[in-house]
Amino acid sequence: MSVKHALLASLAKGPMHGYGLKSEFEARLGQAWPLNVGQVYSTLGRLERDGLVAPDPADAGPPRAGDERRVWRITQAGRDALADWYASPVARDGLARDELLVKLTAALDAGRDTVLGVIRAQRTATLELLQHHTRAKADAAGRGELPRLLAIDLLIAQAEAEAAWLDLCEARTTTADHEEVPR
Amino acid sequence: MTAVLELDEVTRVYGSGRVAVAALDGVSLAVAAGELVAVMGPSGAGKSTLLNLAGGLDRPSGGRVVVAGSDLGRLDGRALAALRRRRVGYVFQDVNLLPGLSAAENVALPRELDGVRTRHARAEALAALELVGLAERAGAFPDELSGGERQRVAIARAVAGERVLLLADEPTGALDALTGEAILGVLRARCDDGIAGVLVTHEARYAGWADRVVFLADGRVVDETERAAPAPAGGSPGGSR
Repeated sequence: MSVKHALLASLAKGPMHGYGLKSEFEARLGQAWPLNVGQVYSTLGRLERDGLVAPDPADAGPPRAGDERRVWRITQAGRDALADWYASPVARDGLARDELLVKLTAALDAGRDTVLGVIRAQRTATLELLQHHTRAKADAAGRGELPRLLAIDLLIAQAEAEAAWLDLCEARTTTADHEEVPR
Repeated sequence: MTAVLELDEVTRVYGSGRVAVAALDGVSLAVAAGELVAVMGPSGAGKSTLLNLAGGLDRPSGGRVVVAGSDLGRLDGRALAALRRRRVGYVFQDVNLLPGLSAAENVALPRELDGVRTRHARAEALAALELVGLAERAGAFPDELSGGERQRVAIARAVAGERVLLLADEPTGALDALTGEAILGVLRARCDDGIAGVLVTHEARYAGWADRVVFLADGRVVDETERAAPAPAGGSPGGSR
């Protein structure tokens, strides 16, 4: 997963120890993705096994696994893996277990009012979330925190897409109603 | 909080008899000083009708519209026009700046037409341009300004003087995402300073800047978000510190 690539990206700038890597990861993503230090060491262990990182030769003293003072550097294979990662698009599995889609399709059987109720309740919640993110964004922009700003922009874009989709669902639901053939 | 804009069971019917269509049907809405309310809804839901009634550009078929304490239905044409000019500012998707006038002159002109002395109107215009971050562009002509800058001039024009109500109809329409965001930042700041704002938009990302979002469908309010709590200091999704 992408934790390993995020660590490689940090090491591409220069050798670092495990705790520094954890701090840098969290500075980028904040509370969005808390990372425990054990996860950093186990990931570094796998990266070393695969030849993507190596203990930094400039680091004095006998290396001990898991030692937070141990300094790591990226290898050429690691740089290649990082370049491949940057060049590959991230795959998205959009519909996997989407509860809202399950709820909305189920509501179709319960009738128009139920569907519209689901749509409107969800859209109100989505807009409230958007308001919350927008305030957080103003705060992040004021502090000049670009990584956090990008993370909030993603949340806003997702909420916006959901709101637009709900608008479309509402339009389709009401149009289907109008176009019903009278019996 | 005092409501600067109050719509009380407002109805607007176009046509009559069998072909009568209610563009707005019993809508109530209050917007306080310092508050920005976004209005969303599909085309034909009544968003523009609501904005026109709020600004006194149109009269309701039923119900009451109160702006800055004046019931618009009780004002004669002259008093209504005066209130519209002095107390209400409009921002549209089409910016409508006069090409032969500088940014400052565009902002000052409506005030001068309203009888404010030229010198005073110019001072107000410069103050308003400063508020939207364009003080140094005051002398530029519209064709020397970017789309975002022109829209900022329009906002300055809409808030200059003693305006208390700002009505914006898709003000970000033709602008890219970052410029649109900057425009919303400017609108938001004007409201934070005490103006009451109504923003009609079909884009959820811009509605997110509002304190409340009202959804219209078929002339009725079908939904409304809670008034947003102030941002927790430093705390936020996707953030730390």
